[in-house]
Amino acid sequence: MLKKTLIGLATIAAVGAAAPGAVYARDQIQIAGSSTVLPFATVVAEQFGKQTKHPAPVVESGGSSAGLKKFCEGVGPNYIDIADASRAIKDSEVKACHEAGVKGIIEVKFGYDGIVFASAVGHPNFKFTPKDIYLALAAEVPVNGKMVANPNKTWKDVNPAFPAQKITMYIPGEKHGTREVFEEKVLNTGCEEFDIIKKMDKDAQKKACMQIRKDGVAVDIDGDYTETLARIKSNPEGIGVFGLSFYEQNVDKIQVATVNGIKPNVETIGDGTYPVSRPLYFYVKKQHLGAIPGLKDYVTFFLSEDMIGDDGMLAEKGLIPAPEKQREQFRANWQAMKTID
Amino acid sequence: MTDTGKTPYFLSERAQKLVRKRYAAERRFRFYGLAMIILALAFLAVLFYTIISQGISGFVVTNIRLPVTFTAEALGVEPGATAEDLKGVSGFKYTKLARRSLNDYLGIPKGDTEDERLSRGLLSNGVDVQLRKILVNDPTLLGSTVEVWLLAHGSVDPFVKGQISRDLPENRRLINDQQMAWLEKLEHDGRVDLRFNSNLFTEGASADPELAGVGVALLGSFFMMVLVVLLALPLGVGAALYLEEFAPKNRFTDLVEVNINNLAAVPSIVFGILGLAVFINYAHLPRSAPIVGGLVLTLMTLPTVIIATRAAIRAVPPSIKEAALGVGASKMQAVFHHVLPLAMPGILTGLIIGLAQAMGETAPLIMVGMVAAVFDFPGSPMDPATALPVQIYIWSGLPERGFVALTSAAIMILLAFLLTMNATAVILRKRFERRW
Repeated sequence: MLKKTLIGLATIAAVGAAAPGAVYARDQIQIAGSSTVLPFATVVAEQFGKQTKHPAPVVESGGSSAGLKKFCEGVGPNYIDIADASRAIKDSEVKACHEAGVKGIIEVKFGYDGIVFASAVGHPNFKFTPKDIYLALAAEVPVNGKMVANPNKTWKDVNPAFPAQKITMYIPGEKHGTREVFEEKVLNTGCEEFDIIKKMDKDAQKKACMQIRKDGVAVDIDGDYTETLARIKSNPEGIGVFGLSFYEQNVDKIQVATVNGIKPNVETIGDGTYPVSRPLYFYVKKQHLGAIPGLKDYVTFFLSEDMIGDDGMLAEKGLIPAPEKQREQFRANWQAMKTID
Repeated sequence: MTDTGKTPYFLSERAQKLVRKRYAAERRFRFYGLAMIILALAFLAVLFYTIISQGISGFVVTNIRLPVTFTAEALGVEPGATAEDLKGVSGFKYTKLARRSLNDYLGIPKGDTEDERLSRGLLSNGVDVQLRKILVNDPTLLGSTVEVWLLAHGSVDPFVKGQISRDLPENRRLINDQQMAWLEKLEHDGRVDLRFNSNLFTEGASADPELAGVGVALLGSFFMMVLVVLLALPLGVGAALYLEEFAPKNRFTDLVEVNINNLAAVPSIVFGILGLAVFINYAHLPRSAPIVGGLVLTLMTLPTVIIATRAAIRAVPPSIKEAALGVGASKMQAVFHHVLPLAMPGILTGLIIGLAQAMGETAPLIMVGMVAAVFDFPGSPMDPATALPVQIYIWSGLPERGFVALTSAAIMILLAFLLTMNATAVILRKRFERRW
């Protein structure tokens, strides 16, 4: 009896103790991050698995911030190798990385993405300027030289050239990298046209520009663009914020608005005339380069012309290829392995 | 039977009115109950209708039949190459071969770049795998021309299925007028057909809807369910037996009982956070692996199993145990030889319901890295994999139109599994349950 009890206890102890000791080696690359970058990372990972001897990487989604947080948790096979991001890494995130022992972060830029404003097909199409969007969405707007709570109810209140359609906008939630680009390139640009805001001190200016009204006119979407599309379907007067690639896959359902008179497409975003675009990035852990097989090859494969070139596979999925000179620069930067910290 | 000439009370007007009122109340209650059930069934019917009407098209996929000439020269091999040689040929060469066959059929000359670029949009990115498979299976085909069904591109598929109208103006379509003309020519020649989408069951994640499948997710879910059964059954039943039959009844065991009931109501994401901290960061188990997912789901299922087991044990009449004890059995013999076998149907029902719940769970898997695009099949529970509900979640967020149908198709597969599991629970209960 005692013997049996001892065996039972020993088994339990062995299971408990063996687990922490067993450090395993990892063959495949682990990637996490932005849902905007996910379709591109998926294409590259799939092709990398098919065309090289290495296994296909695993690509987790969840948003730029979540990806960078996982990236900065530590070094070793239990931590991810690459974080995808639709915005640049923040200083606070670099600091978090350092605290966890992650040193040597290589930033890789690989192309551009456009942010478009779209409405349901068959409803009025808009010609926006950043100022219109700012006046429609800000919590407080200047009226007769004073800041007052946003009184605008219809698009006609914002700009007399627009129809008297109720304002409803579906904008990306705080967890999306897209939100930051939206704030910086649309709201900020729009509000800087007012002298009264320009005269404010920095903090007040930021507040006036970035604070979004909370009366139900602006709706934060924390899910994917499919949710934004579903919202527009149920409320056809709404206007949604999408990535260009998502719009291109759903041209039969939604139409895009011009910004400053420019229609978003591969050409106008590629040459920078369409104002609301942003570069896409991924971040590589230098400390993992030797330890994880294929990591170096993966990045080189990602940056090849077959992927990010004008006729590459990512362009087919909606990536705006960078100009050729820049692409060469991306590759040169990667070869140089320059870290950002 | 003497007639006194006086109406008895129960026939009086007042009593009759009361009776009518009671009957009316009962009728109303029955009506409310029935209305509730009809409403619930109506919602279920709408749910099934939307899922099935959308999902059914995910089980078929557009294919194009083309005459493909496997020339040794185009593949860069010697005539008479072995299966091994043909396996080693790069996918790019097979893709080129497929594209050339299509261009020859449509009469697009070599070097006519714009048309060549457009015609690429008709064939899937996965044609190289298809051609390689055909040739490796039968190397003697090298040098001959074969009629082959090749997968069409994901942007062609919704038009063939009629999900997007062909009458839309060119700038609101995924394929332009020239591509549409080619597609109609192929259709006219009887070379376009909807065929069974076997990739849906045999493939993992993919960026292209026609190549994506739930294979990896099914295997991942299978690994996790096996782990949950292996761990939750012995641990849960053991804990329940101890608490019910052996443990002293005092404040401490009361506390344990309250906590187990609380655990059953804890949101599942909390178990995911626990799993990340304990199994990955402390025990150094691999990320995204079914072993971690299985352990997390085990923790989540344990309270359900314990509660069901305790209820099943309590339902066994004490007289059976007492009789065993009376003829000299030890307490352990009485419990293991008599109580446990009689409680088994109830325990298994609880386990299956717990499993079905675990199978449909995504939230705890986010934290342990299983909400991911996984392309390669896992060889063991230590390799990365994903789960069936996770695959549904990921597909629901992808922009390509083909994924809408795939999402519903995957939901149908998941529902089929859940229905089978719940039906098994019902059958087990019906067949083996004993009433005293």
